[in-house]
Amino acid sequence: MTKHDIFQPTTLKKLEKQFADWEANELAESLERRGESKDEFRTEAGIAIKRVYTPLDIADIPPEDIGLPGQYPFTRGPYPTMYRARPWTIRQVSGYGNAEDTNARYKYLIAAGQTGISTDFDMPTLMGYDSDHPMAFGEVGREGVAIDTLDDMEALFDGIDLNVISASLTINPTAFIIYAMWVSAAKKRGYDPQRLMGTIQADILKEYVAQKEWIFPVRPSVRLVRDTILYSAEHTKRFNPISISGYHISEVGGNAVHEVAFTIAFAISYIEECQKLGMSVDEFAPRLSFFYVCQADFFEEIAKFRAARRVYAKVIKERFGAELAESMRMRMHVQTAAMTLTKPQYRINLMRTAVQALAAVLGGAQSMHTNGFDEAFTIPTAEAMKLAIRTQQILAEETNVTSIVDPLGGSYAVEALTSEFEAKVFEMLNQIDDLGGAIKAVEAGWMQRICADTAYEYELRKARGERTVIGVNKYVEEDEEPADFAPHPYDEGTLERQLARLNRVRAERDTASVQAILERMKVIATDEKQNLLPVTMEAVEAKATLGEICDALRSVWGVYREEPIF
Amino acid sequence: MKNDAAPIRVMMTKLGLDGHDRGVKIVARVLRDAGIDVIYAGLHRSPEEVVTAAIQEDVDVLGVSLLSGAHMPLFGKVLDLLREKNALHITVVGGGLMPDEDVAKLKEMGVADIMRQDSTPEQIVATIRRVVAERSDA
Ligand code: B12
Repeated sequence: MTKHDIFQPTTLKKLEKQFADWEANELAESLERRGESKDEFRTEAGIAIKRVYTPLDIADIPPEDIGLPGQYPFTRGPYPTMYRARPWTIRQVSGYGNAEDTNARYKYLIAAGQTGISTDFDMPTLMGYDSDHPMAFGEVGREGVAIDTLDDMEALFDGIDLNVISASLTINPTAFIIYAMWVSAAKKRGYDPQRLMGTIQADILKEYVAQKEWIFPVRPSVRLVRDTILYSAEHTKRFNPISISGYHISEVGGNAVHEVAFTIAFAISYIEECQKLGMSVDEFAPRLSFFYVCQADFFEEIAKFRAARRVYAKVIKERFGAELAESMRMRMHVQTAAMTLTKPQYRINLMRTAVQALAAVLGGAQSMHTNGFDEAFTIPTAEAMKLAIRTQQILAEETNVTSIVDPLGGSYAVEALTSEFEAKVFEMLNQIDDLGGAIKAVEAGWMQRICADTAYEYELRKARGERTVIGVNKYVEEDEEPADFAPHPYDEGTLERQLARLNRVRAERDTASVQAILERMKVIATDEKQNLLPVTMEAVEAKATLGEICDALRSVWGVYREEPIF
Repeated sequence: MKNDAAPIRVMMTKLGLDGHDRGVKIVARVLRDAGIDVIYAGLHRSPEEVVTAAIQEDVDVLGVSLLSGAHMPLFGKVLDLLREKNALHITVVGGGLMPDEDVAKLKEMGVADIMRQDSTPEQIVATIRRVVAERSDA
């Protein structure tokens, strides 16, 4: 039998000829009979899409860029066996009310088959205020769970085996405190910190750009991230001290290229900060983790995940001189895109989410949250989360897509898009370098501006009907029935219960020793070279509240105020 | 009374800790592009700060965007403060994410209108012009 090497120069020459003939004949005739629906086809990020891709489109891609799964540059996946050995983690977000409420939700979702835990905190906890602070007015336990002290944290994870299930904590400016509370609570229950599995988000740079949770100015905030990464590398070796997040960059308006480029630019900044204290990249990079969205543009998203892994591997190896494969391997949690979900005809959100989840799987995600059908109403009901879990279980256990590692590898279109995407990300990384790096770019509002502009353009495209949103600008149902489910209710008793525990803790602790620890913390905060985590551990163990710890640091560093641009 | 020649002045705000600002920035830009005078007060403001600023800036409309679910207590405070400071000539318009039953209650409490998810730029501009015109007629 003859072997046809489609990438031989002679074969490619023949193919070029065949392609030109096809364009002149079959294609031309077809276009004459019926034109195409648009003059140009583009991805959401604006990458031009060809009508059809052939070996000609991938002939120039170095084969080692594509490579094999579990091998540098990890385009085809971080692990050689992927879902054949270990399915992705089904990790649904929970968080509302007091710790006991959220704990009950965890247990419900675990019973429904979720394999990881993920926690959303309420706004006061996220922003560094105790539940009785005036700025907490109306917000306690509303958009997430309220945590003031170590006692709340103990109640949150009560009865959950932390050796069996890993916990992810969506927490940013106060991540160092929540981390300290979580580790302390686990230690009190007899767990060995070095064996604890979990993740804190702690990606402060994207907060200034996208999620808008902050306390201190940029530089001291980055220092807290550095301190947490370095402390965790020593004391909780299996814990991910950061989840560098593109999700929010996308949901505030950035396109897929912005999402990946900003994320990797932030990773570069964090790594540089850690290196300044003399750590080598291989000492901490293996535990840097990532979090992306999966938007609706199916092939662009798959190309995005593949390109992100490749760019990151190259950056870690070439820019930082890492030697360990684990340092170069990008591991990612993925959430389907809440921005695509609508209130009108809300049941169709299930279908949108299922398709996005499939793209995340084909892109090689390690962990996933699928949104609820009730996303556009309020935080999700238990029922909506169960259906979201079932969606992932269908993909994992009924479709057989998990049997082939990187099934789209080698697709002319997906490989070409992946390479093009990679080039665009590197272009943007160069731009950020020219601006003096990501920290400077954030301080200058450069990324904020890009995201606001892209969000505005999206809104106009939607209003003009160029971006279809079913139920909103197409297939609209004028007399839609009111929702036939009860959205998640807010329990007005939450605040009272929260304050009861907070006041009890304050009354029972040794307040003088708490104050002494906080005074020491202020001194350490003034010395840039020191790590704040050991004293934070002491503070939470002595039952300092989250708000008190933040106040101590506010008194040293001041607070961040955003320049309101639009 | 609103002089027809003077442009409408709107102050767009977020209240409390809600950081969802994608929508508020879009609304501010839509209004600006329609020739309306817009100030955006920025994130993490208390009702006191916002009401004081609206009075100082002498705005026609105080636009409040909220997606945090804390709209009932926060709008309540804003309306109380406007009443206390004799500033009920400022029209309050809300927007963002809130359930139908709350929208009805907020309107009863004195919010002129509420525009939620997927409001188009034209609808937003028209609503602001309408509430100002209604106020001037009253
Ligand atoms: C995008 C998004 C985010 C982004 C926000 C980026 C940003 N900086 O804006 C990210 C990912 C960061 C995020 C984070 C969180 N989010 Co969020 N998010 C959303 C989402 C998906 C869409 C909101 C949005 O921007 N829509 C697009 C804009 C253009 O629409 P809009 O704001 O509604 O504005 C339009 C209209 O309402 C109107 N409008 C708005 N304001 C005004 C004002 C006036 C005067 C007028 C006239 C008109 C008007 O005009 C706009 C154009 O039509 C919603 C769910 C959903 N599908 O709606 C959840 C949602 C709002 N988020 C939610 C939550 C809980 C959070 C978190 C608290 C989660 C956590 N615990 O960590 C954090 C908190 C962030 C913070 N700092 O406050 C909940 C809120 C629950 C509730 N209210 O009861 C929702 C409903 C999701 C859910 N089902 O759980 N989120």
